[in-house]
Amino acid sequence: MSATTQPVLDLRGITKVYGEGETAVHALAGVDLQVARGDYVAVMGASGSGKSTLMNIVGCLDEPTAGRYLLDGVDVRRRSETALARIRNRKIGFVFQNFNLVARTSALRNVELPLAYRGIGASQRYAQANHALDRVGLGARVSHDPSELSGGQQQRVAIARAIVTDPVLLLADEPTGALDTHSTADVLKLFDELSLSGRTLVVITHEDEVAAHAKRVIRMSDGLIVSDERVTAVDAAPPMTDVAEVA
Amino acid sequence: MSLRESLRFALLGVSANKTRSALTTLGILIGVASVIILLAVGTGSSRAVEESINRLGSNTLTVLPSSTDDSGGSGAGGLADIASLFGGGQTTTVSGTLTRAPELTMDDAAALVDNPQAPDVLGVAPVVSAQSVQATLDGASHTVGTFTGTTPTYLLINNDTISAGRAFTDADYAVHRRVVLLGTTVAEQLTSQAVSDLVGQTIALNGKQFEVVGILGEKGSTGPQDADDRVVAPATAVQDTLTGYGSLSSISVKASSADTVSSAQSQVQQVLDSRRGVTASDRDYSVFNASSILSAATDSSATFTVLLGVVAAISLLVGGIGVMNIMLVTVTERTREIGVRKAIGASRRDIVTQFLLEAVILCMFGGLVGVIVGLAGSQFTIVGVVPVVQAYSVVMAFGVAVATGVFFGLYPANRAAALRPIDALRYE
Ligand SMILES: Nc1ncnc2c1ncn2[C@@H]1O[C@H](COP(=O)(O)OP(=O)(O)OP(=O)(O)O)[C@@H](O)[C@H]1O
Ligand SMILES: [Mg+2]
Repeated sequence: MSATTQPVLDLRGITKVYGEGETAVHALAGVDLQVARGDYVAVMGASGSGKSTLMNIVGCLDEPTAGRYLLDGVDVRRRSETALARIRNRKIGFVFQNFNLVARTSALRNVELPLAYRGIGASQRYAQANHALDRVGLGARVSHDPSELSGGQQQRVAIARAIVTDPVLLLADEPTGALDTHSTADVLKLFDELSLSGRTLVVITHEDEVAAHAKRVIRMSDGLIVSDERVTAVDAAPPMTDVAEVA
Repeated sequence: MSLRESLRFALLGVSANKTRSALTTLGILIGVASVIILLAVGTGSSRAVEESINRLGSNTLTVLPSSTDDSGGSGAGGLADIASLFGGGQTTTVSGTLTRAPELTMDDAAALVDNPQAPDVLGVAPVVSAQSVQATLDGASHTVGTFTGTTPTYLLINNDTISAGRAFTDADYAVHRRVVLLGTTVAEQLTSQAVSDLVGQTIALNGKQFEVVGILGEKGSTGPQDADDRVVAPATAVQDTLTGYGSLSSISVKASSADTVSSAQSQVQQVLDSRRGVTASDRDYSVFNASSILSAATDSSATFTVLLGVVAAISLLVGGIGVMNIMLVTVTERTREIGVRKAIGASRRDIVTQFLLEAVILCMFGGLVGVIVGLAGSQFTIVGVVPVVQAYSVVMAFGVAVATGVFFGLYPANRAAALRPIDALRYE
């Protein structure tokens, strides 16, 4: 298996149990999932079906109870906290439903943050962060604090922060859950562009409108993947690209 | 991540809630300022005690009459005697309250001079004191603080200098000549001219005419006692005019050197015991040794300084607890932020550094302002003591403040860093 064909995500028999005995909750009951480089996957499912639990494990924020998980070919089980912090920093970009920007810190500083934790010098950080903000269309608002930005703008800052380190995987949990239709369209357009440029995306969502943009749609129920539907090929353009561009 | 970056985050954190940071800082500020001021007061007061005792001369012994009426009297008598060392003239007042006033006489003093039994005694001076002596000259009038009648040897024993004119001589003493030496305070009260102009003039002391022959060198004032508010005259003339021929207030004795002070002390006791027919158990006088008083006073003022330091340290400790308290609140408030930082790659160490620095910045700022306030506060005279700031206390107070930040910041910072990112992100 060469480096280029190796999947970004490779999960085998992943389970997650919260609590013990009678009250134990099997949030994940054995998930097998491979995501190839360049894929754009939407994860759907009813509330409580285990989507966020899966995202936390994939994002190395939480550990599975059992199962094997390779991220970009690297086994991430039983790693030290510092090693996991490094993996999150280098390989994953997070986008959260509630943006999770650092308060009282300008858009630019927020985007610089992961680069700072990586130890990159000020001038390079500044250039890369500006570039990322340009990419999400916020080049003119770099010095604004999160409290001075609309929800849609905040989410775009969060996306800039997620992509600024050039991660192998962009993970988004309900990224449009707190946004209106217009901002949702902005974010989806950005995702399409990122996918077109070859980035790997996993997006958790409730909304069919969001799932319609993905190349592949996975449905979960009671901690299991119940359907896995391929819309377009991994190396093809995302399905709504044309529509998005027309709109 | 670089320290500079952590520092920036920490500064941002501190400035995010200015009122709270300022109030937290206040605790440290008060702690540091009180450490500096209280230690300075402690040092200042021990300096004052030291200086007033040093003025007596380190080789000096003082013989004072003391009570024999009861065994407890030695303690109280001792205190009164020490008080009299500072305010010489009060001795007779104190003695007057005793049931059987023991007396020291001119003959007692004379017996100590050139006595083969007291080879370590270099000089002896009898002292008679007069109370509330009014000095007047051309309508200017002043009540003399300490009026001493003695022999010329007294000036030698007392390390006195003459700034103008001359000292009185043995001849003056022998012929009961009415001459006086004025302390600078007395001299300044009597004339608006230069004090040296008083030499040769005749002043009235309680109405008796005395010629001013010299001005005593300045001793400086330390503590509440003005050491220059005094007049010295031949004891013979003083007895003729002011006090009568009663007992002496004290006898000043100078030992030949600092090393022979204690042998001189026992020699003086031997001579006086046999003269007065007493033994160590029923001795009706006491011999004080300035250097032993000095070391006792230094010990007690050191204890005083330590006590002040402890009080100040407690206030610094309270300030430190305040910092810890606020840091714990900050960490709780910013749990989500900690989660986000961890999610995007902050290591445990990055988080510890950030919050620890925040605590240290608060304490450093408080310490810095505390040093300024402490130094400013030490410029004022506090309860009669001129504070003496010592460099070590400033460095120590600031250092302890910073250490307080580290110590009390460590627990909250570690608590922040120990948060699992998943729990921190989910925190509401
Ligand atoms: N920390 C936890 N402790 C105990 N149970 C948990 C915990 N986190 C999640 N669960 C349970 O695990 C199951 C899956 O939760 P998860 O958050 O993954 O659902 P979800 O698919 O993301 O739902 P939603 O669409 O509402 O976000 C739920 O039954 C939930 O109650
Ligand atoms: Mg969820």
